Amino acid sequence: MKKDIAVIVSGAVLLIAAMLMPDTLSVVKLILFIAAFAVSAFDVLISAVKGITKGNIFNENTLMVVAAIGAFCIREYPEAVFVMLFYRVGELFEEYAVKKSRKSISDVMNICPEYANVVRDGQIQKIDPDEVQIGELISIAAGEKVPLDGIVESGSSFVDTSALTGESVPRPVAVGEEILSGCINQNGVLTVRVTKSFEDSTVSRILDLVETASAKKSKSEKFITKFAKYYTPIVLALALLLAVLPPLLIEGATFRDYVYRALSFLVVSCPCALVISVPLAFFGGIGGAAKKGILVKGGSYLESLSQAENAVFDKTGTLTKGVFAVREVHPVGMTADELLETAATAESISSHPIAQSLREACKTPVSSDRIESAEEIAGHGVSAKIDGKNVLVGNGRLMESGQIPYEKADGGTVVYTAIDGVFAGSIVIADEIKADAKTLAGTLRQCGLKKTVMLTGDTKETAERVAKELGFDAVYSELLPGDKVSKLEEVMANASQRGKTIYVGDGINDAPVLARADVGIAMGALGSDAAIEAADVVIMTDEPSKIGTAVTIAKKTMRIAKENIILSLVIKIAILILCSLNVVGMGVAVFGDVGVMVLAVLNSFRALSGKE
Amino acid sequence: MVKKVKLHDLCCANCAAKIEDKVAKIKGVGSVTVNFLTEKMILDVEEEKFEVIKVEIEKIVHKIEPDVEIEYL
Repeated sequence: MKKDIAVIVSGAVLLIAAMLMPDTLSVVKLILFIAAFAVSAFDVLISAVKGITKGNIFNENTLMVVAAIGAFCIREYPEAVFVMLFYRVGELFEEYAVKKSRKSISDVMNICPEYANVVRDGQIQKIDPDEVQIGELISIAAGEKVPLDGIVESGSSFVDTSALTGESVPRPVAVGEEILSGCINQNGVLTVRVTKSFEDSTVSRILDLVETASAKKSKSEKFITKFAKYYTPIVLALALLLAVLPPLLIEGATFRDYVYRALSFLVVSCPCALVISVPLAFFGGIGGAAKKGILVKGGSYLESLSQAENAVFDKTGTLTKGVFAVREVHPVGMTADELLETAATAESISSHPIAQSLREACKTPVSSDRIESAEEIAGHGVSAKIDGKNVLVGNGRLMESGQIPYEKADGGTVVYTAIDGVFAGSIVIADEIKADAKTLAGTLRQCGLKKTVMLTGDTKETAERVAKELGFDAVYSELLPGDKVSKLEEVMANASQRGKTIYVGDGINDAPVLARADVGIAMGALGSDAAIEAADVVIMTDEPSKIGTAVTIAKKTMRIAKENIILSLVIKIAILILCSLNVVGMGVAVFGDVGVMVLAVLNSFRALSGKE
Repeated sequence: MVKKVKLHDLCCANCAAKIEDKVAKIKGVGSVTVNFLTEKMILDVEEEKFEVIKVEIEKIVHKIEPDVEIEYL
């Protein structure tokens, strides 16, 4: 870098000296020009020669050198030196911009732990995480990164998972719990038994995923690489025609003039800015999404996300928490706590999930000692004798078969209770809608999606209630796992030609649906290898609102990619036209090469920032 | 077998694209991508041919960008 600046400055000084030299001292003037040229062109010349000896004739350096030497030969001395100086300055800027974006990308990926404190023979040794064996103990002090996945053996702490999930609220960990690599231990020393090798640990898998993401190329990326391949030969051919034809055909046109214009073409002929424009934007977008805990497995998926028309969601575990819990208690002639306790005690003989959620809702531990006798009535509920009273706990049919008048309730699975033949109240058990799911449909509509669809194996009643609450356009209920694929295909068939369909599920039992959709998104995937494997986009937290974020990032990335393509093409073509008309000279032509590249790099930064 | 190769001092985007293009044509190479920003080449190769492929890669990379240093990860 310093050497480059020294070269540029001394080249510039020599150039100014040459230009100030009076024309009478023409020999001295020429020598100064040659010196300025030699100083500024030397390194480029060396690179060009290196390229040529290896058989790579049309590289950026040779084109620049040919242009500059050509200008020198037709006695455009200041121009010749200018081209070289501008080129060097441009390269310097380019190097800086590329370095900066490389740095910001490595910052995003800076979740890789550098060492692990392994406990061997009672002593702590600092070693490469790669060398730690499964089953060994590692110690993690406050402020350190968790190097490998494992189970906490001793200590408790809060861990910052933001590098993995984008979630800033720390998560508590205690003995016996799983801890994932890439998290940062915030307080307290943890001793962890390693369960996965470094290669298989969460942090390595995520880094691998983001890094190899560029392998799945988007259509626009393929287009621009193909275009770039033809661009250089076409511009070179045009340059040749420009140098030869006008002087032959137009009266008064000189070779000297048109060769100069043609040489300017050579300067603009490097396709670097074009080639970098799209992948750079995508890489920025993938990096920006990763910062928010959204892993996108390739540029093509960002492209599809940006064209999303339909969003299909699995209900349980995706839009709802997937955990059944007591939502409402309607006691009759007793307190809510008493009703819960009675129902939970009677149900304590059952292992049904409903019995479990009743037990969890009780404030005091349920004891089965109070039960004198109990019997499970299949499809109805439980009949039990508790503290000498006959208790019936179950569904409406149980009440009807006992001819007990009762008050109907809805909103989920309802458990009715009767004591000694008298109705004692009802308890509503339901899955809970995730808090941030409620604004989802609105956000997606704002992003330009046309249809939101919910698929579920749940009953029609429950499904429609949830869909209505969330504002979804369509709902398909009581589906078997196999039906989900055909319903998704139905939605896809009704989409417009270019409209894409995304499917969002938990990634555990809906792999075929994930695979069938244009973009399969798995949610709450932190620590689930199967989900990471099956999906195209992985959301590390269990927040459905991240789908909106993902679509927004995708749209922004596509916009930046398009801006980059248009920017570089328009500037290059404009400069070519102006050069051919001799409105601008070689100095501006250099901007058409390195300047455009720098602009494209800077513009792509915006994709990485992740701001909306 | 997926291999990762670091290309230190990869300095031009078009060269990266050219390298990718040429390496993809080597026999025994399945898919290949050169990421200009991470300076990494990720390629899927037939394990038993890797030594031969390595020589080819060296030739291609140094033809297109003589100053790049190749490191196999």
